[in-house]
Amino acid sequence: MEKLKKIGFYALVLVIVLVCTFPFYYTIVTSFATGSAIFEVNYLPKSLGLDNYKSVLFDSKAQFPRAFLNSVFIATITVIGALFIGVTASYALARVQFRGRGLLLMTILAVSMFPQIAVLAGLFEMIRGVGIYNTPYALILSYTIFTLPFTVWVLTTFMRQLPVEIEEAAIIDGATPWQIITQVFMPLLWPALVTTGLLAFIAAWNEFLFALTFISSTEQRTVPVAIAMLSGAQQHEIPWGPIMAASVIVTLPLVVLVLIFQRKIVSGLTAGGVKG
Amino acid sequence: MAFSTGEISLEQQRVKAARMFLIPMIVMLFVVAGWPLFRSIYFSFTNTSLTNLSGGEWVGFDNYLNRRELSSGRVVWRGTLVDPDWWNAVWNTIKFSFVSVSLETIFGLIVALVLNAEFKGRGLVRAAILIPWAIPTVVSARMWQWMLNDQFGIINDLFLRLGLISQKIAWTADPDYSMAAVIAVDVWKTTPFMALLILAGLQTVPKDIYEAAKIDGIHPVKVFWKVTLPLIRPAVMVAVIFRILDALRVFDLIYLLANNSQTKTMSVISRENLIEFDKFAYGSAQSTLLFCIILVFVSLYIWLGKVDLSGEAGR
Repeated sequence: MEKLKKIGFYALVLVIVLVCTFPFYYTIVTSFATGSAIFEVNYLPKSLGLDNYKSVLFDSKAQFPRAFLNSVFIATITVIGALFIGVTASYALARVQFRGRGLLLMTILAVSMFPQIAVLAGLFEMIRGVGIYNTPYALILSYTIFTLPFTVWVLTTFMRQLPVEIEEAAIIDGATPWQIITQVFMPLLWPALVTTGLLAFIAAWNEFLFALTFISSTEQRTVPVAIAMLSGAQQHEIPWGPIMAASVIVTLPLVVLVLIFQRKIVSGLTAGGVKG
Repeated sequence: MAFSTGEISLEQQRVKAARMFLIPMIVMLFVVAGWPLFRSIYFSFTNTSLTNLSGGEWVGFDNYLNRRELSSGRVVWRGTLVDPDWWNAVWNTIKFSFVSVSLETIFGLIVALVLNAEFKGRGLVRAAILIPWAIPTVVSARMWQWMLNDQFGIINDLFLRLGLISQKIAWTADPDYSMAAVIAVDVWKTTPFMALLILAGLQTVPKDIYEAAKIDGIHPVKVFWKVTLPLIRPAVMVAVIFRILDALRVFDLIYLLANNSQTKTMSVISRENLIEFDKFAYGSAQSTLLFCIILVFVSLYIWLGKVDLSGEAGR
């Protein structure tokens, strides 16, 4: 009976792992299939053709490498900005008692759950008005709506857990709040910064609605839109091979990052239960 | 006496510094969230069009509901609130949210219970379940579209071999199956998130409870229903409301995987009107309605989740 239970348990574990990993595995298999081989269903890799990768990387029409660089630039600047504003703000929220703090935290939480569509019209007007439509800055600005509240919320949760004694000692030594943040808290906070930065980066990297709406030219596209636009007008025209190759290229770095930082990511995701 | 005035001025200094630190964040949130939200709501009461953003005139509630009497004396109601396409989208969104979140909760609970057990290779399983979560939605939409392809898809091949279906099915194109396909992909992608949140709740349950139950000879299933579940209910509730909020605003998965009358959700139809059909103000009215619905759920989340706003618990 005990043995049977154990077998059942491991069977369940196997099913979970298979369901989670198989689609990405199959994407990789398809990305290496070339010519007509792509239209055969192969559960195991049959060939290692690089044609799909070549067509994604060197096709001048899709400009995929350019989209990749756009995404790296936009996500990096967004994350740096959010962390910069977020660290000082969350110090104030976590460590200083002032009137209206609860209300402010509630607003931040509410903003992090905003439906993006609710601000689409207003943001569209603003981006057109400022003259940054179809530039990376339109996305850097608009992504702040989800990276900033998320960063502030998670960092506030982390900063509350730091012992009061450290801060008190610094205050007695005459440290100003700015010195407390930069010289006392920052060294203790870097694991939290890595976690939040990584989660915010993934969110910015994956964003689709704003990228689709605020960018109009092929050269300015980010990776998600570039992949979505790789498709032809009709069902049978969809270039599945190159799409799968592009998918592998953009997903592999994320999967590697996630596997390296999995412990930190899990703690970041569950801290305050904020969306990743 | 001198000491206490020093304390006060120090505290005042800290509050002053806190204000300075908060200003950039408040300004940014106002610029990217507050003001655009206000403008979107404002647009919904005008007849603004995409090509003439500043030329809109105030029309009151006309985009929501307006009554017009024709010369023949017949009364015609117009606006989003009597638009069958809108109500279809509302219904699709509710259906999508209810079914996907229910399934995610059940599967999330199962995965969390598995991960909470001690066994060899647990780290590996936890790494594996993070993969669907890390894959960009665009990629997972395309990936599944390929796997669900009617002619060359592996799902049809697999199901045919297993005898589950007798002929190939166009999962994403056939209106009868597209909602099921969209839900399946969403469940695949977000169950890991649910599982991790529930797992965090499970890990707060003291281990000696299980020991005590084992000694008393209580069946594990009974322990789960009578002890574990009540203890983790708050964590599960928070995760569920969280996912409902996410599901209600779903856009990219539907837009990319299967966008038809059976799957079109509130976000998708709003964007169509806003950007593609040049009914900017009408789309704004729809997005405002969605915002109101989500606002109710956010309040529910903050209230039910007893979110720790004061920070006292952390100290």
